[in-house]
Amino acid sequence: MRRLRAALTPYALIFPGGVWLAIFFVVPTVVMLSLSLQSGNVADGFVFTWNWQSYVDGLTNYHDQIIRSLVYGLAATLIQIVIGFPVAYWIAFKGGRHKSVYLFLLLLPFLVSFVLRTISWQFLLSDNGMLLGPLKDLGLLPHDFRVLATPYAVIGGLAYNFLPFMVLPMYVALERIDPRVLEAANDLYANKFQTFLRVVLPLSLPGVFAGVLMTFVPASSDYVNASVLGGTNTTMIGNVIQNQYLVTQDYPTASALSFTLMALLLVGIFAYAKALGTEDVLEVAAR
Amino acid sequence: MTEIQAGAGVAGEATSDQVPAIELDEVVKEYVSHGEVVPAVKGVSMTIGEGEFFSLLGPSGCGKTTSMRMIAGFEEPTRGVVRLHGQDVTNVPPNKRDVNMVFQSYALFPHMNVWDNVAFGLKRKKVPDGEIRRRVGEILEIVDLVGREKRRPREMSGGQQQRVALARALVNRPRALLLDEPLGALDLKLRQHMQIELKRIQREVGITFVYVTHDQSEALTMSDRIAVMNDGLVEQLAGPREIYERPATKFVAGFIGTSNLLSGVVRAVNGSSAVLALGPDDRVVVPIRETVAEDDTVELTVRPEKITISTERPEGDLSMVEGTVSEVVYLGTSNSYAVALAGGAEITVFQQNAHDSTTTAERGDTVWLSWQPQHSYALQ
Ligand SMILES: Nc1ncnc2c1ncn2[C@@H]1O[C@H](COP(=O)(O)OP(=O)(O)OP(=O)(O)O)[C@@H](O)[C@H]1O
Ligand SMILES: [Mg+2]
Repeated sequence: MRRLRAALTPYALIFPGGVWLAIFFVVPTVVMLSLSLQSGNVADGFVFTWNWQSYVDGLTNYHDQIIRSLVYGLAATLIQIVIGFPVAYWIAFKGGRHKSVYLFLLLLPFLVSFVLRTISWQFLLSDNGMLLGPLKDLGLLPHDFRVLATPYAVIGGLAYNFLPFMVLPMYVALERIDPRVLEAANDLYANKFQTFLRVVLPLSLPGVFAGVLMTFVPASSDYVNASVLGGTNTTMIGNVIQNQYLVTQDYPTASALSFTLMALLLVGIFAYAKALGTEDVLEVAAR
Repeated sequence: MTEIQAGAGVAGEATSDQVPAIELDEVVKEYVSHGEVVPAVKGVSMTIGEGEFFSLLGPSGCGKTTSMRMIAGFEEPTRGVVRLHGQDVTNVPPNKRDVNMVFQSYALFPHMNVWDNVAFGLKRKKVPDGEIRRRVGEILEIVDLVGREKRRPREMSGGQQQRVALARALVNRPRALLLDEPLGALDLKLRQHMQIELKRIQREVGITFVYVTHDQSEALTMSDRIAVMNDGLVEQLAGPREIYERPATKFVAGFIGTSNLLSGVVRAVNGSSAVLALGPDDRVVVPIRETVAEDDTVELTVRPEKITISTERPEGDLSMVEGTVSEVVYLGTSNSYAVALAGGAEITVFQQNAHDSTTTAERGDTVWLSWQPQHSYALQ
C-alpha cells in the first residue's frame, strides 16, 4: 500500500499542472496547427485542406518582419546582458544584508502593467518630450531628431521590458557561487580579474543561458513595443500576427506565421544550447 | 602565558635556527559586525618551523580559522605582524603569498574536472605545459586519484573531493600548507584513514602543515606541536605529549582528554613541590611551577589512567586520597570508576583489564586512589 502510494506520488504532484498545460497549451496548439492548414474565410468558415500555402505566403510576404523580429530580439538580449550582468553581480556580491531590498527595487517598476510601462516610454521618448525636448532646446540635438518610431526605440523598449527576466536568473547563478571558491582561486595565485574570468563567469553561465531563453523568446515575439514605440518600418512579426488575427481575420496565415516563428525559435534555442555545450549548462542550472 | 619547562624537550621549541616558516607576532583581529567590535583573535604569537606539522586546536569560535585566514592573507590583522619565511607579509594579498589553503568545505571549482582543478594554480603561475602535465600527474598519484582526472567534483565522494583539494594545493609546492578542519566532513573511518594519509603525504612532500582542528585526538596523533587556543588566545603551545601530560592551564587540562581537577590549600612547600591539605588521612604532593606560599589554594590535575585504585591505603611516597565509588563502567579493555571524595570532587579512574575482568571495587565501596606525584600538575 505504501509502495503503491510512493509510486503514485509523482503523478499526483504533476497532475494539476499537467491538466492545466494539456487544456491551455496543448489544445490551443493543436487547434492552431490545424487552423494553419485550413483554407477559407471568416464569412464562409474554414475547412481543413492540408493547405500549406499559408506557410508559403507567410514566409514570402513577411520574411522581412521575421528577420527583423529575430534581430531586434537578439539586440535587446545583448543589451540586457550588458546592462543586467553588472547589476546582478553587484547585488549578489556587494548587496550584503540588503540583497532582497535591491531585488525588490529592481522589480518595482515591473509591478506596473507592461503596456503602461511601454506607454510611459513613449512619453519619455516623444519628439519634444522630457528627454529630447530639453536637449533640443539646449541645441545639443537637431530639431528633427527623433527616437520614437526608430528601431532604437523598439529595441530599447524590449530591452527594458524584459530586463528582470535576465537579471534574476543571472543573480540566482551568481548568488549561488560559494565565496570560498573565489577565495580558493585567489589563494591559487589568480588575481581579481582572473578569478572573474575563470571562475565567476563560467559559474554564472547557466544563469545567463536561462536569462537569454527567458528574454529572447518573448522579446522576438513581442508586438506591444513595436506598436507603441515603433513606426511603419519597425513592424515585428508579432504585429503581423496580431493584425492577421484581429483585423484581417486571416486565421490560417496568422497561425502559420505563429508556427513558423515557434519553429525558428526552437531551432535557435537548440543551436544555442548545442553551441554552449549544454547538457552540462542545463544540468548545472537545474542544480 | 606559556612557560616552556626545563626538560620539556625540543618539542616545546620551534625547530632549530633556520628561518621559521610562519611567524605570528602579537596578532590581533577584530571584526566589526552590526556596529560592534568582535575580537576574534586577541593577541597571538607563534613561530612555526620549516617542515613542521603544527596544529591549532580549540573549541568552536576560539579563533582558529581567523588565525589561519590571516596566515593565508584572506584577513588583514587589526594589529600585529605576519611573517612568512622572515618576510613581513601582513598586507600582501593571498595570490602573492607562497602558502596554499585547503578549505573545510574543499571549495573545489565545480565547473572544472579534477585535472583542471589541480592544474589551476600552476596555470596562473604560468608554469610551462609540459611541467604542468608532469606535476599534476605526480600529485594525483600521491593522492591516489589516477584515472579520475575527468571527473567533476560533484561526481566524487567526500573523501575523493578532499584529496582533490589537497592535491590542488600541494601541486604548487607551497612553502606551507594551511588546512582548515580538512577532515571535518568525513565519517569516522574515512577520517582515520585520511589522518594516516595526510601524515604520509606530509612526510613525502616535506612541506610545513598548519592544521586546524577541534578534535583533540586528531591533533595529538598527527602534530609535532600544538597550539591550544581558547577565546582568541593561545593557552599552551607545546608538543602533544607535553600538552597531554602537563597541561599548563585548567582550560587545557579540561579540553584535552579526561582529566581530574582537585584543589587544596598548601600546607607545606618543600623545594619544587607542595603538600596540599585535603582529607585527614589524604596525602597529596604536587610539583609546582610558580612560587606558592602556605595557605595558597592550588589546583592540580591528574589523568585517570595514572591513578591506581585499591581497597587498602597504599604504602610509599605516593599521593593518595580516600573516596567512595559512585559508578563503575565496564569499557571493554578497561574499567572506569567514578570516585567521590569527601570534599565533593569527583575523580575518574581508568583501570586496564589486564589479567581478569573482575573489578577491584564495587559501587559504594570505600577506596584509596593513589598516583605518583610527578604525574600530577599544578595549574595556573
Ligand atoms: N566575518 C566575521 N565577522 C564577525 N565576526 C566573525 C567573523 N568571522 C569570525 N567571527 C567571530 O570570530 C570568532 C572566531 O571565529 P573563528 O571562525 O576564527 O572560530 P574557529 O575557532 O575557527 O571556530 P570553529 O571551530 O567553529 O570553526 C567567533 O566568535 C566568530 O563569531
Ligand atoms: Mg573554523
